[in-house]
Amino acid sequence: MSTDYHKMWAELGLDLKMHDALLNVLGEGYQQTFLTQKNRPEGMQYFDFVMSEVHGLRIKELRDAQAEGRVVVGSFCVFVPEELILAVDGISVGLCTGAEFGFDLAEKYLPRNTCSLIKSAFGFNLSKVCPYMESADMIVGENTCDGKKKSYEEFGKLVKNLYMMDLPQTKSASGKALLKAEYQRFQKALEELSGKKITVENLKKGIEIVNNKRKAIHRLAKLRAADPAPISGLDALLINQIYFYDNPVRFTESVNKTCDELEERISKKEGVFPPDAPRLLVSGCPMAVPNWKLPTIIEQSGAVIVGEESCVGERGTRNETVIEGNSVEELLDNIIERYFQIDCAIFTPNPDRKDHLIEMAEKYKADGVVHYSLQFCQPYDIESHNVEKELEEAEIPVLNLVTDYSAEDMGQLSTRVEAFIERIKE
Amino acid sequence: MINVGLDIGSRTIKLVVFKDYEMIHQDVRKNSFDNKQITEELLAGIPYDHLTATGYGRHLFDNTPNCSIISEIKAFALGVHSVFPHCRTILDIGGQDTKAISLDARGRMKKFVMNDKCAAGTGRFLEIMANALNYSLSEFGEAAFQADRAEKINNMCTVFAESEVISLLSKGADRSEVARGIHESIVSRAFSQLQKIGLEDDIVFVGGVAFNPAVKKILQDVCRKKILTPDNPQIIGALGCVLYARSQEREN
Ligand code: SF4
Ligand code: SF4
Repeated sequence: MSTDYHKMWAELGLDLKMHDALLNVLGEGYQQTFLTQKNRPEGMQYFDFVMSEVHGLRIKELRDAQAEGRVVVGSFCVFVPEELILAVDGISVGLCTGAEFGFDLAEKYLPRNTCSLIKSAFGFNLSKVCPYMESADMIVGENTCDGKKKSYEEFGKLVKNLYMMDLPQTKSASGKALLKAEYQRFQKALEELSGKKITVENLKKGIEIVNNKRKAIHRLAKLRAADPAPISGLDALLINQIYFYDNPVRFTESVNKTCDELEERISKKEGVFPPDAPRLLVSGCPMAVPNWKLPTIIEQSGAVIVGEESCVGERGTRNETVIEGNSVEELLDNIIERYFQIDCAIFTPNPDRKDHLIEMAEKYKADGVVHYSLQFCQPYDIESHNVEKELEEAEIPVLNLVTDYSAEDMGQLSTRVEAFIERIKE
Repeated sequence: MINVGLDIGSRTIKLVVFKDYEMIHQDVRKNSFDNKQITEELLAGIPYDHLTATGYGRHLFDNTPNCSIISEIKAFALGVHSVFPHCRTILDIGGQDTKAISLDARGRMKKFVMNDKCAAGTGRFLEIMANALNYSLSEFGEAAFQADRAEKINNMCTVFAESEVISLLSKGADRSEVARGIHESIVSRAFSQLQKIGLEDDIVFVGGVAFNPAVKKILQDVCRKKILTPDNPQIIGALGCVLYARSQEREN
């Protein structure tokens, strides 16, 4: 980072010592994971820059926007509709929760056997190291898994502005009605917070911005799966992660620019992996920044990741919202239509997920799927059993892994991943 | 053609040397913090044409000329299949890992599971418990084999299990019955891994712990199936390495 942001961080109430420690770990991890890759697309320079300024320039942008009266809304789940936040001219940021930081503090509130994602949210908050959490005018929690919904009860005591969104657990008519009621309530809350009314016009604008962002990501998803792969899975994952907190319009432009470059590479048959590299999908729990452990192991073992069936990935970005409608309610219905299709494992039953996986495996010519559950994540871990069974029946090999954010099991994980790649090659 | 297979495990390093189709040398050494040095000692004076490494130290041979690297899982699949062509299920209990591997009829890996982080239920666990009971490793297995009943061990964690054992002894429990309990706890762990991949005949038990007569016997009782073990269950991984090199040669 070129500018010194310590003053801004102090104003936000960050613990400067802890925060410096976090930035060090992040910087080192980033260097080792991303910058050592060879022949990266030039377009990645933009995303490298965003990452290097993730606690600097981007936070300054948020603060400048707040000074102009715009609101910042932080969230943990892809069910929080960004379209509505943009409609009130707000800024939506995903709170990352991808690092083992402050777990000792988190365990004062949470049992040890809580998934890393939840612990990380608490850890970041309690160590006062996340400028996004501290900047947010509203933090949206959601009733998804038991771990999350119960821990938000405690989290609400730690932050001043937690807003709870209820979410359905079944894909039924009553489930959809619940989602609608909750999105309407969220609309009101946003209007109150921002002092701006949601209108057909500004909501259409919000939908358009998010649709364009998703279109760009869909384009990337298609291009990255070329053979040979023109971009590493790690870099593509990074773009999917940055999706959550960059300025959406600027992000869309940068993704499209990178895609132009990838198209050129593809026409020249230029890849970052050899043409015969095993091609894998990663599926399961979301991978938030800086959780790059498993993808790094996979790609260092010689396979290329050609897609993520994850909320940081296609489960989160699949489908656009229909923009036609003459009233806010009509548009809201379109939004609900889109979000209600998300096949998160908190739904029961959740058959679409394995269908999507099979579809993705075909579309991207994947040789296998690495299923990834965070330790203590019941929804994904339990669901993995059936996903594995159905995929294997469809002759798609599956490696089922359970891990967390610590580096302890790197050795075992790479043995398993290597053996899986050997199995695919047989 | 001299083909070397090397299995660099957490507790021991295993070496086999083949001249064409004949094994001309084998060796097993205790590992230390410096597995590079021990490997060099083992290989001293062996003019190999090709070396294949497996085991948790396999990456020692990354980017080394005339060397290839395969995972333990693949190495065991190949090694066991050559000794027991009808094998469909492999259990390997080594120094710090337990693995269960299922094979298809042609010996290709289908599914595999491994213990994660923790050393409970592995060879290291047995060593520590033998120590706590003041047995040598061979006495330990023998005592458990002979015991008529078992003292139940409730803790899976090595550290807690050790104090549980000590407290059992201080309460006057029989040493060999405690030994039996420890073996049963290892088997129940291994059994749950086997269940995940399915117990299809033939079942072959390998790795250093397969030398232990009590583990094998209890395993047979628990699975209600016949369990096979090769003469030297410890070198199966190294053997698999040599077979791998051979199959690559054929392909080229
Ligand atoms: S996995 Fe489910 S709960 Fe988690 S972000 Fe995705 S939709 Fe939300
Ligand atoms: S990873 Fe699983 S347990 Fe953790 S918050 Fe997500 S759904 Fe809940």
